[in-house]
Amino acid sequence: MSGSPVGASPRSRLEALLRAGRFVVTAEMQPSNGADPNEVRRLASELRGRVDAANCTDNPSARPHLSSLAAGHLVAESGLEPIVQLTCRDRNRLALQADLLGAACLGVRNVLLLSGDHVSAGDHPEAKPLFDLDSLHLLRVARILRDQGTYLSGRSLSCPPSFFIGAVENPFAPPHDFRPIRLAKKVEAGAEFVQMQLCFNLPRLRKFVSRVADMGLLERVFLLVSVYVARSTRALRYLRDVVPGIDVPDSLMARFESVPSDRQTEEGFRLALETVAAVREIQGVSGIHLISIKGQDAILRLVEAAGLLPRPEPEGGLIAPERHRAASS
Amino acid sequence: MPKNGMSRLAEANDHSPFASGASSARSIVGVLDAALVVVEKALKGVLFDCRMCGQCILHSTGLVCPMRCPKNLRNGPCGGVLVDGHCEVYPDRSCVWVDAYERSRRLPLWRDHLARLNPPVDWRLQGTSSWVNLARGRNRDAPAGWSASEQSSEGVRSESEGPPRSEGRR
Repeated sequence: MSGSPVGASPRSRLEALLRAGRFVVTAEMQPSNGADPNEVRRLASELRGRVDAANCTDNPSARPHLSSLAAGHLVAESGLEPIVQLTCRDRNRLALQADLLGAACLGVRNVLLLSGDHVSAGDHPEAKPLFDLDSLHLLRVARILRDQGTYLSGRSLSCPPSFFIGAVENPFAPPHDFRPIRLAKKVEAGAEFVQMQLCFNLPRLRKFVSRVADMGLLERVFLLVSVYVARSTRALRYLRDVVPGIDVPDSLMARFESVPSDRQTEEGFRLALETVAAVREIQGVSGIHLISIKGQDAILRLVEAAGLLPRPEPEGGLIAPERHRAASS
Repeated sequence: MPKNGMSRLAEANDHSPFASGASSARSIVGVLDAALVVVEKALKGVLFDCRMCGQCILHSTGLVCPMRCPKNLRNGPCGGVLVDGHCEVYPDRSCVWVDAYERSRRLPLWRDHLARLNPPVDWRLQGTSSWVNLARGRNRDAPAGWSASEQSSEGVRSESEGPPRSEGRR
């Protein structure tokens, strides 16, 4: 599949900003544990104008929550651009294709496609994990739907979906030397932007980005780095010990442990600010993705304190999906 | 009358060496198939802890069976690999893909096959012999949409300077 930072007109606001070379800011929405649409609308309206797009997660940590498609629809209605996540854990290839079409129909213009945490990590460990496809298959399937206008089987669609296609990568997990190759495979499969795992290890990140640049991938994919706003040493230790794939160096833990407990929230905020500043200096990184486990207040404070406001508007506006289809057919 | 699932199943069963009324030629092929399944399972089970997916890609995974991964990942490790290189689901075992990467570096052949995009699994082949499937070309039956996408990316590749298949510096 052809890589896509260059090519047809942007399919989403996020894509338009990235292509215009703006440093983008996305955030992880808090997942809802109920059937109240106003909860999602409230969270979305808090973030609107503060971030360029917000991720609607798909049963994060393998625990059920409000559907990412439904959340994405509500977020889009609230005037914030959603990035709808879909994992391979809970759906087979039929359901994934149905949901990709469904997402496009509901006004979703960015999708983020991933394997997903294993059911053993969640509160339904007895469930059957699907993993009919892997995340690279799913990326390619999204490109087949969008660019070929067919299902994976080859059967034609009456109207292809239009979305900007994202993937995830974790430069901080072993095997480190394979990670850039895996990113190349994801780009080959169809990824146009990548949100990377939480960064606590800047030297490792720099090494990864420079190798990715050497491989010529930066012309084909936009990289976003995830930054976490830690509230306490305990939260950081939880990430290190309980959430798989997160690399919190000992030196960082030591820095937190030396801070009295009543000042740890401030220290976490300071660390996030430092990380954002450092990431902005790395050539080849196109934006940040902000994550805070409890509540969005820390994210809202951070974008302000980091001087990331006001958020830019894409120039020239977006082409409506309908016109996109006409232009590409 | 269109065939329902059960009659198709019954038909598929005719290929079994134990089906009554099957022609002798067919049953010889069936016995050979069954024998190859037993041999392949025994051999690759011992050597690679093979899970008999029937569409072997060991050459592109450093001779480590990717179906041992709890997520059945055919194209590389997930993001949950622990800092010590172990599996997030079975923390006492090393990640299948960490092993695959390390072993692929030591192989005289197929090292760059790790960068290949492997197509989705055909679950109908589960439990069959990949040798038989290879001989019959069944291991190459990717879904039509997938094959078309490979052709279109070949086209793009020949026009540009090529896909990002370089392995980077080690």
